[in-house]
Amino acid sequence: MSKNTGSGDTGRSLPSSIALHGALILASAISVVPLLWLVLTSLKPKDAWISSDVRFFDRPTLDNYTYVLTETSFPRWLLNSVLVAVLTMVIGVFIAASTGYAVSRYRFAGLRSILWLLLVTQMFPVAVLIVPLYNLLGSLGLINQYPGLVIAYLTVAVPFSAWMMKGYFDTIPTEIDQAGQIDGLTPFGAFYRLVLPLAKPGLAVAAFYCFITAWGEVAYATAFMTGDDHYTLAPGLQQFVSQTRAEWGWLTASAVLITIPAGAVFLAVQRHLVTGLTSGATKS
Amino acid sequence: MTVSARPETGARTRPAAARGGRRGGRDGGRPGRRSGRAGSARWYAWAMVAPVVIVMGVLVGYPLLRGVYLSLTDATEANVGRTIGMNEIPATYGFVGLDNYLEIVRNGTFWLRLGWTALWTVACVGLHVTLGLGLAMLLNRRLRFRGLYRVLLVLPWAAPAFVSTFIWRYLLNNDFGLVNGMLRATGLPAVHWLDDPTMAKVSVIVVNVWLGVAFNMVAMLGGLQSIPGELYEAARVDGASAWQQFRHITLPMLRPVSQTVILIGTIWTFNQFPVIFLLTRGGPDSATEILVTAAYRDAFTGIRDYSGAAANGLVILGLLVVMAWAYRRSLRRHGEVW
Repeated sequence: MSKNTGSGDTGRSLPSSIALHGALILASAISVVPLLWLVLTSLKPKDAWISSDVRFFDRPTLDNYTYVLTETSFPRWLLNSVLVAVLTMVIGVFIAASTGYAVSRYRFAGLRSILWLLLVTQMFPVAVLIVPLYNLLGSLGLINQYPGLVIAYLTVAVPFSAWMMKGYFDTIPTEIDQAGQIDGLTPFGAFYRLVLPLAKPGLAVAAFYCFITAWGEVAYATAFMTGDDHYTLAPGLQQFVSQTRAEWGWLTASAVLITIPAGAVFLAVQRHLVTGLTSGATKS
Repeated sequence: MTVSARPETGARTRPAAARGGRRGGRDGGRPGRRSGRAGSARWYAWAMVAPVVIVMGVLVGYPLLRGVYLSLTDATEANVGRTIGMNEIPATYGFVGLDNYLEIVRNGTFWLRLGWTALWTVACVGLHVTLGLGLAMLLNRRLRFRGLYRVLLVLPWAAPAFVSTFIWRYLLNNDFGLVNGMLRATGLPAVHWLDDPTMAKVSVIVVNVWLGVAFNMVAMLGGLQSIPGELYEAARVDGASAWQQFRHITLPMLRPVSQTVILIGTIWTFNQFPVIFLLTRGGPDSATEILVTAAYRDAFTGIRDYSGAAANGLVILGLLVVMAWAYRRSLRRHGEVW
């Protein structure tokens, strides 16, 4: 196994050890403090954010949470978002995996154009697609419907996931599929029974990516969904800090509640993130 | 276990040659599929790719063509047809040829925005990649709390971008933000992070870098871990310095990963919508407006200018395609093709 640790791993001198940990602590602090501040603000009373002195704790209370959970449409938005994100994830992973596998295993005419297609769809700016997509979904009766939003998200999430999966499948030896086919499995059978289980880390990353894409998307959700009942989180939250009001207390409380499921999914797959994202290593 | 560190020349240089279901000659050790199966293999391959082709064709291909068409007309919200209740209002917009494009090219603000978009992309991607690689190299060592550091450093990626952007808007707030609060606490003057045109540009870059470094770090870390340790051992035996090891082993072996990351990062940053839209709304005085947010604003504010937005979007797309093409060419010169 090549579980290497790069260069210079043992016998580090004390100063360089301090420098190493110092740099990592600084970087960790920069990455964590904004999120920490979010949590702290959400625990303050509703109007405590209007204060120019820095206070970490200020009469801690859960009022903001109870308010957004009981008095606003937040639970509904959350439910909508979960629904859309989970659907996007399940369908997206399925499509991305089969595409990634085909592109990785077979050399066929049109392969290169598909790889290009996957890449080029990444380039489409929201601005050029959004109006025609709106019209298209409208004529299918899918505007303001969750399936419509899911379909729109698939166009964003699938290409990158498929590309990632292709890289991952490339690292799984083709001998495995061939052995399966010799034992009488069809190519589909070899794919589902042999290769997919081996590709779990890659699948986890693709799932995570699909979920996060749907969970955090702003432009399509804002343009396609109307009405309090149909909003997902991104358009919903914009109502807390609009031109006319700024309820940072509510916003931060809901932001914490939003980040928890995303963070949970994230922590569940983060073990696989490193291995799944890039095609190189085989570590399980 | 074969750890394919994929020597980047040779392994992937022959897709054109390896036709017909064969996958011959890859890494020397993988026998190709028997050519008798080529026909059925192709059938299976298409069956697997079909969902993507269909979804993309309908949902990207059609809107794209429609966008091209709209960009050649003078469609706005006022003159496209629509149905209000029972009444159908017919569309009255017409074909105007390349007028929309000419207007863009003649417009001085377009060029200003293009310049800022380029600066924004280069700064963000440059910082993403260097900081990501730096952190990955720090983490790619045997060290205490490594797992903890990794989780903490990856957290910005775990929170949805729009949530993080909202947080930053609060953190950078003039009067009530944490950043200015800390500056004041240490006796320094407060900075107008979001209200001063120059500082607003710095702010959006900082926030985007904060959001994006984690992804780059994770990708680079994966790349670093796939480099066989034997290479470093051999280099050390030969007396190579740390810098030489970095320059002649780490960088070349990372190339497949870093190329992908740079290309994807460039595209994402160029099209980055939520950060600028939610942090500064393009302001102050559209100082931070990049091409994408400007086009979105055209399409969805005031009388919605569908045709102008479509033309803008296609100009952006064109720029990206040219960029990706140039990048791919330069890769091919190094023998890397995908």
